[in-house]
Amino acid sequence: MKKIEAIIRASKFEEVKQALHDIDIDFFTYSDTTGVGNEKKKGQQMYRGTVLDTGWISRRLLEIVVRDQNVRKTVDCLLKVAYTGEVGDGRIFVTPVEEAWKIRNKQSGDDSLKGEDEK
Amino acid sequence: MKKIYILMMCLVVAFMCTSIFSTYAYGERKQDPSGTTTGNASEIVSAKPGEPTIMDLANQIGHNKVAINIVWTLITGFLVFFMQAGFAMVETGLTRAKNASHTMAMNLFVYGLGVFGFWVCGFAIMFGGVGPLGTLGGYDGLNQELSVHLFGHAFGLIGTKGFFLSGVYDVGVFTLFLFQVVFMDTAATIPTGAMSERWKFLSFTIYGVLVGAVIYPLFGNWVWGGGWLAQLGSNFHLGHGHVDFAGSSVVHMTGGVIALVGAWILGPRIGKYNKDKSPNAIPGHNIPMAVIGAIILAFGWFGFNPGSTLAGTDLRISVVAVNTLIASITGAIAATLWMWIFRSKKPDPTMMVNGLLAGLVAITAPCAFVNVQCAALIGVVAGFLAVEGAFFVERKLRVDDPVGAVAVHGINGAWGCLALGLFADGTYGDGWNGVAGTVKGLFFGDASQFTAEVIGVTTNFIVIGAISYIIFKLIGIGVGNRVSAKTEMDGLDVPEMGVEGYAGIKMDKASETPLSR
Repeated sequence: MKKIEAIIRASKFEEVKQALHDIDIDFFTYSDTTGVGNEKKKGQQMYRGTVLDTGWISRRLLEIVVRDQNVRKTVDCLLKVAYTGEVGDGRIFVTPVEEAWKIRNKQSGDDSLKGEDEK
Repeated sequence: MKKIYILMMCLVVAFMCTSIFSTYAYGERKQDPSGTTTGNASEIVSAKPGEPTIMDLANQIGHNKVAINIVWTLITGFLVFFMQAGFAMVETGLTRAKNASHTMAMNLFVYGLGVFGFWVCGFAIMFGGVGPLGTLGGYDGLNQELSVHLFGHAFGLIGTKGFFLSGVYDVGVFTLFLFQVVFMDTAATIPTGAMSERWKFLSFTIYGVLVGAVIYPLFGNWVWGGGWLAQLGSNFHLGHGHVDFAGSSVVHMTGGVIALVGAWILGPRIGKYNKDKSPNAIPGHNIPMAVIGAIILAFGWFGFNPGSTLAGTDLRISVVAVNTLIASITGAIAATLWMWIFRSKKPDPTMMVNGLLAGLVAITAPCAFVNVQCAALIGVVAGFLAVEGAFFVERKLRVDDPVGAVAVHGINGAWGCLALGLFADGTYGDGWNGVAGTVKGLFFGDASQFTAEVIGVTTNFIVIGAISYIIFKLIGIGVGNRVSAKTEMDGLDVPEMGVEGYAGIKMDKASETPLSR
């Protein structure tokens, strides 16, 4: 099992969510987060005549825990859909997960990550 | 069994009640749904009701005239009070969420503190010697003015009657008090915007009492209380003296100058300026709140300006109201277009707010004396001054003014009075400040009026500036003016007020403060 942490643009989130549903990745956690990076003067905010330093941009953090066989297709999907080509598209990190549990029925491991319709 | 007896008893009592009441029916007048028969001669107070004499009629008419004036003055006063909500919303909307509780509290509490100071001694200082209250019933007990005699002329300095409103228990005086106290409140709340986000609440509290008790009434007496600036006309033949219909200098420039001095003494917010002196933007957290606040202020201004006739029977109120309206919209349009075309290439809503308010501030002095075309022009210049003035204060003077108060109220307050000195067209104001003839400006034949306005504006800047400087310095020595750096970074809400403005809302407080590089 692996955890895929994807930091993507907030504006790309709905597209990414839909694309992940299309490849049967239906369960993940997301949160709003802020990041610092190379984006300096892009997407300028102008407040009362002064340019706002946009080095601090809102991002969505997706945390998706998947079985090993689904890692490649998830990462490929994210790379494709979250892409715009501009500075600030985000990053993806994959880390191993030791244990995974579903609290409702005490399932663990790969079984707990199966989709609704799988056996 | 018992229930039946109770039920029978109730029925009998009910029956009795209907027959009892029916014998007490009163005779009634015909209903009047269209209002054509209500109100007739029997309304006139007279010895024989329904048969008034000529004197009875005359008395009633005089009474009604004063009644219209008092009702008008009170209701417009209530509108001006409502502007307090407008100021609170503009200031809080244009500052950061972590300070919302503190900014709002300042705007609320300045009402209490300022009114208290004004009641204790401010009203007496400002109006103790104003003379007979012409439109409000003619009471003449406000007749003690302390003057200094120089060069053979009297220079009125302060009034000395009416402390705690005692000794002047008259309906006219009380009407005047209410109307004037809400004007004081407007001036008092202007500096809270420029000084927000780093002002110690204790320092503000002391200021709040003093502005209503001393700072505002002093200059106010000189212009509206029969003091020496008003007497420039009768003493030195300078037009009608310093004329200021509804308070561009008395209210707005006073507030703007105090704001400038206070913001300068406090210093800029942490992160506002970089080492190379360039400014950083610190965006307000609630633009909707700021815009609603601006609209509330524009509405309240329909009390501020037309109400200053102190007379509903003075039909100039229609011209005053329209001048006010037109100047406000040209101010908003000019400021927005200036930003859009020449400055930031975007129609910044905060500058829209500033432009609207600047137009209103600038028309406040001349509104009763100019024609509507001039009012429009005054508004256009005001909108331009609001934008360029804000930049001047921010970038050249390097005074941090989060809401643009100095540009909107200080600079345009001065412009409003100068505009009166230029554009007053002579269709109103006969006998103003004891000088015969209507009020005329430079372009309509009376250059000395402009001179008087210049003197008034300069006096305001120097005297109010000096007094507020001294007061803020003393408060600083006593309790300190500015919060600690840690408090400023955390947000003033909890350390100063003990109450979060937005409890339950997660805020990245550190990200609200720009780094100064």
